[in-house]
Amino acid sequence: MGKMIDARGLSCPEPVIMIRKAMASNDSEYEMIVDNNASKENVTRYATHQGYTVDVTEKDNEYYLSIKK
Amino acid sequence: MENEVKLTKLASCAGCGAKVGAGTLAKMLEGFKTHEDSRLIVGYDKSDDASVYVIDSETALISTTDFFPPIVDDPYLFGQIAAANALSDVYAMGGEPKLALNVFCLPEKMDKETVHKILKGGYYKAYEAGAIITGGHTINGAEPIYGLAVSGFVHPDKVLINSNAKPGDVLILTKKLGVGILTTAKKADLVSDEVMELVYKQMATLNKAARDIMVKYPVNSCTDVTGFSLMGHSYEMSQGSNCTIHIEANRVPFFEEAYEMAQMGFIPAGAYRNREYVGEHINIASEVSLAMTDILFDPQTSGGLLISIPQEYSKALLEELKAVIPEAAIIGYVTDLEDKNLIVN
Repeated sequence: MGKMIDARGLSCPEPVIMIRKAMASNDSEYEMIVDNNASKENVTRYATHQGYTVDVTEKDNEYYLSIKK
Repeated sequence: MENEVKLTKLASCAGCGAKVGAGTLAKMLEGFKTHEDSRLIVGYDKSDDASVYVIDSETALISTTDFFPPIVDDPYLFGQIAAANALSDVYAMGGEPKLALNVFCLPEKMDKETVHKILKGGYYKAYEAGAIITGGHTINGAEPIYGLAVSGFVHPDKVLINSNAKPGDVLILTKKLGVGILTTAKKADLVSDEVMELVYKQMATLNKAARDIMVKYPVNSCTDVTGFSLMGHSYEMSQGSNCTIHIEANRVPFFEEAYEMAQMGFIPAGAYRNREYVGEHINIASEVSLAMTDILFDPQTSGGLLISIPQEYSKALLEELKAVIPEAAIIGYVTDLEDKNLIVN
């Protein structure tokens, strides 16, 4: 399990700013929870752009993002 | 400077990105009782930029309103952008704005100087447009909102609706895309001041010059590109005109800095609503990158005119436009209805 970032209740661009800050540590794994489609898409774009792959699981209108290098 | 209010911090969503999704809106308007009036040649059933009511054989009245929360921190600039955006609906119908009313909501604690500067920006733009602000309505509320209700005039035979594009037309866009993405990325301090200055300047620019040139040509259809993005507004045009609109992505003008910001996920939520709205009615070639499609769906604030004109006149119109609006570009063309309303190559 990577570092967990909870961005529920936040809208664009906050979740992307959070993952960007977290990635300063250059870990190989992060977990993130967001609660809207735009945040899911935006975090996925950011992580992909940084060379990570993202797996998304949707549960009760929340998105669990598993971000790995 | 540190006492200055960060206007955008008072807003939960910015500019035309605050616009309620087109699909949501259409559902809410279903089934209401309205008067039939043959003089109302553009009404709310048309999803157009403004309503148009014929007064006599020479004159039709254009009526419209537009307002939104701050998209910039500078209150004077916010006033200008909000006014330019509201006035644009009249230009998109081929008309000239004449009277305007302030639509203003401000937090009780907002300082007088900020309020004054927002209004000053609005008056400045209305003056530039040749319109007169004759009053308005101001209330207190949690978030600042500013805009105008605008009345303008047009010759009844010269009304440019957004649903009259014809096969054989060429499409011209008069402002760059990427405004929504860059204002979102700005919140993360990832865009230089120099670039943002250009973005602000574009948003505050009236579509007057584009309109004044456009009306000299036999334009078939026009709309302004705002919250529903180039794709959303093109979809409305294609649907209303019962034709297919082809967009050539590599010809679409955009702020180049928006591309990397899109790749990094600094995309306003409105862009995803616009994708949902267009839904299955679009076919995007696989060569078009994801970031480019994000730019095509990016909600614009005070965006340019999207002009549909027969191909034989398009070159002359473009040349005349480019003399004053260098970013104006031919971005696509119109055909008979194919299996999708929009095709992006």
